[in-house]
Amino acid sequence: MGRKLLLEHINVPGINTLKVYREKGGYKAVEKAIKTMSTDDVVEEVKKSGLRGRGGAGFPTGMKWSFLAKPEGVARYLVCNADESEPGTFKDRYLMTHIPHALIEGMIVASYALGANTSYIYVRGEMMPQIRILEKAIEEAKAAGFLGQNILGSGYDLELYVQPGGGAYICGEETALLESLEGKRGNPRIKPPFPAIAGLYGCPTVVNNVESIAAVVPIINDGGEEYAKIGIGRSTGTKLISASGNINKPGVYEIELGVTVEDFIYSDEYCGGIANGKKLKAVVAGGSSVPILPANLILNTVNGEKRLMSYESLSDGGFETGSMLGSGGFIAYDEDQCIVRNTWNFARFYHHESCGQCSPCREGTGWMEKVLHRLEYGHGKMSDMDLLVDVAKKIEGNTICPLGDAAAWPVASAIRHFRDEFDWHVSNPQLAVEQNYGLAHYADPLPVLAEV
Amino acid sequence: MLRVEEKQEVNFSADLLNKFGDIVGRYPDGKQKSALLPILHEVQAVYGWVSPEAMDKVAEFLDIQAIEVYEVATFYTMFFLRPQGKFVLEICRTGPCNIVGAEKIADYIGEKLGVKEGEVTADGLFSYRGVECLAACGYAPVLQIGPEYTFHENLTKESVDQLIEDLKRKN
Amino acid sequence: MADKIKVTIDGIPIEVDPGTSILNAARQIGGDIVPPAMCYYSKLEGSGGKCRTCLVKVSKGSEKDPRPMPKLIASCRTNVMDGMEVQNITSPEVVEARKGVVEMLLINHPLDCPICDQAGECHLQDLAYEHGAEATRYEFDRRTFEKIDIGDKIQLHMTRCILCYRCVYVADQITENRVHGILGRGDHAEISTYIQKAVDNDFSGNVIDVCPVGALTDKTFRFKNRVWFTKPVEAHRDCPTCSGKVTLWYKGEEVLRVTARKDEFGEAEEFICNTCRFDKKATNDWVIEGPRKVSRQSVINSNHYEELQPAAVVKTNLTLQAANKEEFERATKL
Repeated sequence: MGRKLLLEHINVPGINTLKVYREKGGYKAVEKAIKTMSTDDVVEEVKKSGLRGRGGAGFPTGMKWSFLAKPEGVARYLVCNADESEPGTFKDRYLMTHIPHALIEGMIVASYALGANTSYIYVRGEMMPQIRILEKAIEEAKAAGFLGQNILGSGYDLELYVQPGGGAYICGEETALLESLEGKRGNPRIKPPFPAIAGLYGCPTVVNNVESIAAVVPIINDGGEEYAKIGIGRSTGTKLISASGNINKPGVYEIELGVTVEDFIYSDEYCGGIANGKKLKAVVAGGSSVPILPANLILNTVNGEKRLMSYESLSDGGFETGSMLGSGGFIAYDEDQCIVRNTWNFARFYHHESCGQCSPCREGTGWMEKVLHRLEYGHGKMSDMDLLVDVAKKIEGNTICPLGDAAAWPVASAIRHFRDEFDWHVSNPQLAVEQNYGLAHYADPLPVLAEV
Repeated sequence: MLRVEEKQEVNFSADLLNKFGDIVGRYPDGKQKSALLPILHEVQAVYGWVSPEAMDKVAEFLDIQAIEVYEVATFYTMFFLRPQGKFVLEICRTGPCNIVGAEKIADYIGEKLGVKEGEVTADGLFSYRGVECLAACGYAPVLQIGPEYTFHENLTKESVDQLIEDLKRKN
Repeated sequence: MADKIKVTIDGIPIEVDPGTSILNAARQIGGDIVPPAMCYYSKLEGSGGKCRTCLVKVSKGSEKDPRPMPKLIASCRTNVMDGMEVQNITSPEVVEARKGVVEMLLINHPLDCPICDQAGECHLQDLAYEHGAEATRYEFDRRTFEKIDIGDKIQLHMTRCILCYRCVYVADQITENRVHGILGRGDHAEISTYIQKAVDNDFSGNVIDVCPVGALTDKTFRFKNRVWFTKPVEAHRDCPTCSGKVTLWYKGEEVLRVTARKDEFGEAEEFICNTCRFDKKATNDWVIEGPRKVSRQSVINSNHYEELQPAAVVKTNLTLQAANKEEFERATKL
């Protein structure tokens, strides 16, 4: 069994209440940080932990904090990004539903470290039940003296509010989130300036994912160095993985970074293998934006090594043969799934969610969706695959925010790895509507690399 | 341009206005526009949709221009710009939900209710629509029902039947 | 004033004030190396960054940090750094990316130039001609909208809009209140008033001048004539509301339309009021200053050239050059 830092007490009845949470050692990190540590100490500890942003980009959290500008007399803000909307990712919902105080506690410690006196948790609007849960948790924490004026007699004040979104994936992008929090359309801002310099209301702001903030609690409790001992290489600590798709046990798992993908899929501790005795065809390892990989490449790197659940191992091989850990949205596809249909489904999602500011993303996502729809419904052309790759290339990297990349990668990678399935859709249009291409050779052992 | 035929008399209750006031209190002075999304949610919870009249009133309350409210309300997909059924069944249709049968469930709901996506049943009780990822992929297929957005997970035809019966009874 | 900083664009060095954008530095150099801009408008704060036509490659970040920037960047919203080296038309990557952007902008544009009032002075037309491919690969229905009147003088034909947001900034920044905005999102976003409302204030007509395409057009000029058949003349009047400095567009004796004076990048020098624009269409309303030089490389200046500007293909071919010169002299004599 791997160590659990966030979900250790998840099954304790009543852990969603302050009382039980405290009995299990909750709010010790707040006491430790505010009573015994300077704000710089807290930042230093998070830096030492090697914690990387859990929202998808994997940027070191401590570093992000240290970039925060601190001009005299200007408010600073901490905003928690709980706009969880990446297809395949549902870990933050799980955490907020079951252990809301872990997030509240993390928010208090992080706000203290950053010198923020008002902090917001931006939760996607569809998670109204979670918003209510968090509001109740905040009330409890406030009544217990962990929030409000003069917390624990330290002179530090903090107000914490929950802000609902309105249904827009793009607001998971940090500057779009800030725009939305200011009551505007969720159009990402052009950077620079970065939020650390001019964020919410033009003030220095840090935006962190729910899981990143919750991870601050064990880091403060046990020390950054202890945290860094878990995991592998630069992928330190534990990570919540949202597992979905055709597996026996979908759900949220806390893993020590570095377990093998094979173990994660097939061991009973985690996904418990592929459902209904089917075979694994493909995996999207980090949420819909990251490149999809066929079964053989997700289990092993192209060099024949076992692939691990870590930032580095999942991206081993670059986009040619690798993928990304992303937000940890692990979607498994069995032999009955159609990659073309799935790619079209994702393309529709990005088309639907593009904010429409930049022309390549606004027009390109719709174009890709239309071409993929045509392919899926048996009206495709052989030239469509090259067209899709080219359109994806024209979007990628040419937009204000990463949504353009996120829309381009799934399409480009699906064609890169499953081109014969796409071709088959064109050459067998009738058949493609009626049945699926199947497993083909996507799970076959990787060819051994030629000796140099 | 949207053509909304339905007119609505809108007078926010004192209770609702108090709620608005509390929400505005969360933000620094002069940043009351931040309250726009939470307030629109409150409006929709009471009226079932956000009418132009309601948006004008919200603009007035927040001391911003009406177009700023329209721009925001049309950007976010949760806000209904037309009257809906009393219960709007919003079915996730993205990726993980889709590979475990969300499309079939959506079709079944349409069949069962006898309406197309976006239409309201004759009794005014139900409408349904497909929505994008609801971040509940491990419990797919899922649907949600506003205004409190209760979740219904691992849907089957039987559980959908049950749900619709329950909602009818609740009414 | 702070010290000038040095930036090199396509090998041409220039010294500019700190805080200058790459695009504006390029405009100071002028000529072919100026990136095209469909959404940026120097007089509208916050504009730019959206259309992505002005993408350039920064091959050296600055003297202090010479690393190149990893992605192409929007030159209109990126400030120069001392020692920065930028590639625009000398970078095949930029040329290719820009071609892609042009294609994207065109896939939902109606290409109804033959019946569009903007034709001849349309920035999208120029852009497509200068940077685009000759054919589209898009094979689906294009997005269409109904035409609507926003006020009695301005028509909005959303089908042609490229969502540059300029008209929104105009309403925000130079008029007292804004009744139109961007509604919806993604590729079904539209400029609209949501419910039928007239855009009515003294400066609303400027949305026509800032619109890079034919989405917002002057109803008093609608279908009156093609712009290249009209003669631009600089004129002014003593206007209590605006500067009164305008360009009159004549056909024969008649003033067909009045616009702001536009500089070589198509930007209004000074915004003008609706009275000057819509209501003063008699020569005796104005003090005529003289012919307006139209400096853009578009159809519109084909009737107004004052010097030899051979097409690119001619530049390298001596025989063609001579023939062209002969034709030019003949044409100007006539």
